[in-house]
Amino acid sequence: MELGRILNRKQPRTNQKSIVGNVRIIPRLDIKGPNLVKGIHLEGLRVLGKPEYFAKYYYENGADELIFQDVVASLYERNSLHEIISRTAREIYIPLTVGGGLRTLDDIKEVLRAGADKVSLNTAAIKNPQIIKDASRKFGSSTIVIAIEAIKQPDGEYFAFIDNGREETGIEVVKWAEQVEEFGAGEILITSVDREGTGEGFDIELIKKISSAVKIPVIAHGGAADPCNIKKAIIEGGADALAIASIFHYASMTKILSGSKSKEEGNMSFLQSGRKFGIIEHSDIKKVKTLLKENSIPCRPI
Amino acid sequence: MSSKVVIVDYGLGNIFSINQACKHVGLDSTITSDPKHILNADALILPGVGAFGDAMNSLRENNLIEPILDFVKTGKPFLGICLGMQLLFTESEEFGEHKGLNLVPGKIVRFPEFNSNSKVVRVPQIQWNQIYKNDPLVWNSSPLIDIEEGTYMHFVHSYYAIPQSNDNILSYSEYEGVRYASAVAKDNIVGVQFHPEKSADQGLKIYRNWSNYIKNKVYRLC
Repeated sequence: MELGRILNRKQPRTNQKSIVGNVRIIPRLDIKGPNLVKGIHLEGLRVLGKPEYFAKYYYENGADELIFQDVVASLYERNSLHEIISRTAREIYIPLTVGGGLRTLDDIKEVLRAGADKVSLNTAAIKNPQIIKDASRKFGSSTIVIAIEAIKQPDGEYFAFIDNGREETGIEVVKWAEQVEEFGAGEILITSVDREGTGEGFDIELIKKISSAVKIPVIAHGGAADPCNIKKAIIEGGADALAIASIFHYASMTKILSGSKSKEEGNMSFLQSGRKFGIIEHSDIKKVKTLLKENSIPCRPI
Repeated sequence: MSSKVVIVDYGLGNIFSINQACKHVGLDSTITSDPKHILNADALILPGVGAFGDAMNSLRENNLIEPILDFVKTGKPFLGICLGMQLLFTESEEFGEHKGLNLVPGKIVRFPEFNSNSKVVRVPQIQWNQIYKNDPLVWNSSPLIDIEEGTYMHFVHSYYAIPQSNDNILSYSEYEGVRYASAVAKDNIVGVQFHPEKSADQGLKIYRNWSNYIKNKVYRLC
């Protein structure tokens, strides 16, 4: 067999020029202390339950990877995050990315030792870009994901924010994306803080700006809900992977909590009140992958 | 008595998940960088993510190259994963030329910048990709024995292997029009470019089959 030669295969002529490989669907779990939480615009967190239950549920239901984000980060309860990671890593056999409050190479090493496969860096990378070079050299590029939290400015430009969208940096996101690629990042996780938790749809313009500026894979995050928009994030935005939280969490909550022994762990009173989470439609991984398949977007089938 | 599997720790790669996968299928696995333990092992795993040259340097600094080569000579089962598979080869073009362990003749090269449609190729390849049989006989006498052709495995890599001999290609995959060796086999050596410990139930099957082989010295369906 001849290897390495670029096969001159006729590619089907479609408008899907942006799709490189099998799109990954990545449930994102925001963690505060021992709990899975979810907010809107990264704020106003609501406790949903134990992250381990959700992680296992997503693993068994076709998730391609998982992202854990410690949203309080850095200051306290770091040990509880390590415990969650190592408990989860014993049960799930798909890649696990962990982010939030990682400042030093030692911090990174610790979460990798606890069972993470990749780490995502935002604040630390902006304050000290050298850490991208050092970390990708030490742990391998593919271990280092740079998270960019973008907020659209009145003039249409996007600026990177740190500290869960609270602090402005004045750094333009496309320039920053190009820089982190040059410094050795293996992947970019681009969050639209404007859309995050709202279910208003991915910011296609933002995703496209980033994905066309770099050659490393881009994970789109923030706003997933409407099926047509999910499709657009890939075909028009050029996303290689989608990180999705709200629509998955809300759909799986009832199933997960009814199966767990300690009912008080989740926000049962909220659930029992029968209220809906705003405009957000519930969905699951299977529905999203079926949608992709129907639109000839390749992904790993469930 | 359970078989002792040693996972070579030379400071690179997520050995935690490999260790978990081993334990999941009932293997008695240990993570160590102690050369003495390597020769006493019943089976050896060489993991790794990161740069080829750095990895070889790290193996050298930890005095692990000789013990690994000696272990392979014993004929006992050996598994290389991801960069650990690439290190088995003669050489790599990663950041200049680097010599590998030369256990499988061939070389490691980078994915091209553009595909045949002049479109940018995203590197690293980070995705679930399908694996295909090169030779069914080789496949059936490997830990892939009960894996169906076209099964998805999780890949993370920028470089790929070109074995000199077609006989050493256990499975192949394609990325952006490039066909590459996604698993290799030679005597007691198996190498996989993908991460079976990150490929859900299908990946765990590979660990289970390899575990059976360690115990029974034959691949068979259980």
